[in-house]
Amino acid sequence: MTEATTLPRMLRHNAQTMAERPALREKNLGIWQTYSWARYYQEVREFALGLAAHGFRRGDKLAVIGDNRPRLYWAQLAAQSLGGVAVPVYQDSIAAELVYVLNHAETSVVVAEDQEQVDKILSLKNGLPGLELVIYDDPRGMRHYEASSLKSFEDVQAAGRDFGAAHPDYVETEIDKGAPDDLALLNYTSGTTGHPKGVMLSHTNLLTSAAAYAAAEDIRPGDELLCYLPMAWIGDSLFSIVLNLLVGFTCNCPERPETVQRDLRELGPTIGFAPPRIWESMLSSVRVRAADSTPLKRMVFDFFQRLAERAELLKSEGRRVPAAMRLGLALGEVLVYAPLRDQLGLGRARWFYTGGAPLGAETYRFFRSIGINVKQVWGATELAGLATLQPDGEANADTVGRVLQGIELRVAENGEVLVRSPAVFQGYYKQPEATRDTFGEDGWYRTGDSGFFDQRGHLVIIDRAKDVGKLTDGTPFAPQFIENKLKFSPFIGEAVAFGDGRPFVAAMIAIDMTTLGNWAERRNLAYTSFQDLSGKSEVRELIRDEIRKCNASLPAASRIARFLLLNKEFDADDNEITRTRKIRRRFVAERYAAVTEAFYNGACDVELVTEITFEDGRKATLKSTIAIEDVEETPQSARIPAYA
Amino acid sequence: MESVSLSVRRGELTSIIGPNGAGKTSLLNMISGFYRPDAGSITYEGKDITGTRPSQIAALGIARTFQNIALFSGMTVLDNIMLGRHVRMKAGVLSSFVYWGLAQKEEVAHRARVEELIEFLELEDLRKQPTSGLAYGLRKRVELGRALALDPKVLLLDEPMAGMNQEEKEDMARYILEVNRQWGTTVILIEHDMAVVMDISEHVTVLDRGCKIAAGSPSEVQRNPEVIHAYLGAARDRKEAAE
Repeated sequence: MTEATTLPRMLRHNAQTMAERPALREKNLGIWQTYSWARYYQEVREFALGLAAHGFRRGDKLAVIGDNRPRLYWAQLAAQSLGGVAVPVYQDSIAAELVYVLNHAETSVVVAEDQEQVDKILSLKNGLPGLELVIYDDPRGMRHYEASSLKSFEDVQAAGRDFGAAHPDYVETEIDKGAPDDLALLNYTSGTTGHPKGVMLSHTNLLTSAAAYAAAEDIRPGDELLCYLPMAWIGDSLFSIVLNLLVGFTCNCPERPETVQRDLRELGPTIGFAPPRIWESMLSSVRVRAADSTPLKRMVFDFFQRLAERAELLKSEGRRVPAAMRLGLALGEVLVYAPLRDQLGLGRARWFYTGGAPLGAETYRFFRSIGINVKQVWGATELAGLATLQPDGEANADTVGRVLQGIELRVAENGEVLVRSPAVFQGYYKQPEATRDTFGEDGWYRTGDSGFFDQRGHLVIIDRAKDVGKLTDGTPFAPQFIENKLKFSPFIGEAVAFGDGRPFVAAMIAIDMTTLGNWAERRNLAYTSFQDLSGKSEVRELIRDEIRKCNASLPAASRIARFLLLNKEFDADDNEITRTRKIRRRFVAERYAAVTEAFYNGACDVELVTEITFEDGRKATLKSTIAIEDVEETPQSARIPAYA
Repeated sequence: MESVSLSVRRGELTSIIGPNGAGKTSLLNMISGFYRPDAGSITYEGKDITGTRPSQIAALGIARTFQNIALFSGMTVLDNIMLGRHVRMKAGVLSSFVYWGLAQKEEVAHRARVEELIEFLELEDLRKQPTSGLAYGLRKRVELGRALALDPKVLLLDEPMAGMNQEEKEDMARYILEVNRQWGTTVILIEHDMAVVMDISEHVTVLDRGCKIAAGSPSEVQRNPEVIHAYLGAARDRKEAAE
């Protein structure tokens, strides 16, 4: 794919060359409904005509907000067909974020999935002067809405058919007018600092990124993909729109967010992507089910699981797997591995990616050992998708793989990863300064990640470059590296490490409510809430042990010396993490300044006043005193139980 | 019960309220054919249906839910709701057994309707789960689904929100309103939560010790001194009893 083209032109091409092949499916009324490429184009065309009838013009912006639905994909393609720009927005954005993004992008049309999203937008209407039209997909509950600026998807398409009767070649002409360097997608990165930034991606950016990727990976027209990750995330745009168009595989929209696990099983996707937290939750559900089964089954499962992990370890060290072991693995394949893969819905998966954050070695080994080809990838919104990928046979838990062809990638003196390629974005929308800072003088895009190449030539990502600091004795301090090690513990949900310019490392920890709750139940430890569970002395002892285990794998100087268990989870609504669950480090440091102070002045507890933002924007404060714990050599003060 | 007279117009959402033991459930039981009144009559669409058997009442298009959930706990959500379609199925035992011809066609059509209800009640993720393992609020929702599967003209709801938390109540109120406003189904609701009753009903009837003491729009009923007395009185009685 070298000729310059645009996404709508590719859609039109697909509608001609593979008209009846399945492009998209959605589960509706319990049945998977299939849309062919011809139908896809027809739907897009009618909606585009409808948009045109409502005055949507070249350069206008259309936002989509909601879970992955075919119509929300069609709407994006329709906007692009008219020379407009698609702006996918996170479906769980709170009011203030939504207002910022929609205004900053000068969005004139919003396509919302359902009543919930429409209500959210209508309640903000006064703050959105540029918004002219709100279109909804699901008509449920919408019958009594009377705003004239509110239309159903069908209404718009019907208006489109009328408009099309008067202007028969309108969409085709507009598609022909489109240039490859036109802005196609405005993707707001949730950003770990300040307001989100609008990443401007052209058709060329998106298509070169997708083509470089498709050349490196075994991806086929017959593949099935389940589209369940947020539409506002670049990975979803890359796979569910750009690669879908380029390769011609089939995208499947789950019935509801709650049914994803079941839909996965029904569908048996051949390719896919899951962030580490999903792998971890799959593993713990397997473990829970194994523990609940009969002793014989449990024994068989345990035996073959251990066997597989030993074999996997041998393979990863490049050693030969003995014949007896291979025989055992063959038996295990029939008894355990294949049925397990099938149960997880990964029975047909040729490969599945993990990314966004490192995956715990134990979790990684488990899935590899039962025969799931889990691989790591790395990319960025600014790169229109992926930049590195682990080739089959070179998968491992530590690296993010090899750089894709056509992408220039180098590591700067200070360790920062720099990229140059036609896929690199055009700049941040209406933020020339931020754009200049990111590109520097030399035109290389500064990814902000710091990393290095290992002997094999795989890229290893350590941390965000700006977060890497030094302890007072000069030891380098990479907070994310430590946090990820902590998060490998099934009991730790989130962690934030402090240490830059400090004498030692300290960590704030949010427990994992699911696994710890389970653990507490098995011990008949009664608890009522997250806060209550976090405050239990047994829980604190458990976490202390987990930290000791983590410390054992860290150099002596960067071991965690003190910690605290937070009384609430980190929440994107409170701005503590981004919508893709990355810690907003500066914000957290500010918000929990009292904690950092207490860590380093030797205090044994801290008074914490936290503000909680509810989804509708209301706020409440939570005031409590939390004990600060030492990992080793517990001083007298901290031994006093919590209830004293 | 004594001389309780109540008329409900087509498409109306009527609530029946009153202290415990006022006879609300008895009234519903009489309408749905579980009890046979000693005297008086029940007229539905101009016909006297007094004393008609429950199965025939259901076939006439009057569906109900129960105060104490009455689902088949070993069966899935889907099967429980499918059961509600039973009165609408015409295939005989034999053809159903071989699952051929009419029986098959019927099954497919009814399943499609049940799927619409599953979507309406947002139960997609629980479709294949046995109802025994479901939370209380969800079982109530399944029960509503089974009643709706009858495609009823009249829906009798006996405390559909009892024991629910605020969020579940709001969901349930939303479903009831939608059934009433958008599908045009007549709803007779027994409910203790006054906020919900006053919010969604067009008409309220108040019973106390088997007698009708007031009827009218929610605001009229709220101002009625007898109603206030019945409620406060009941509260006072309980308080005295407690002391």
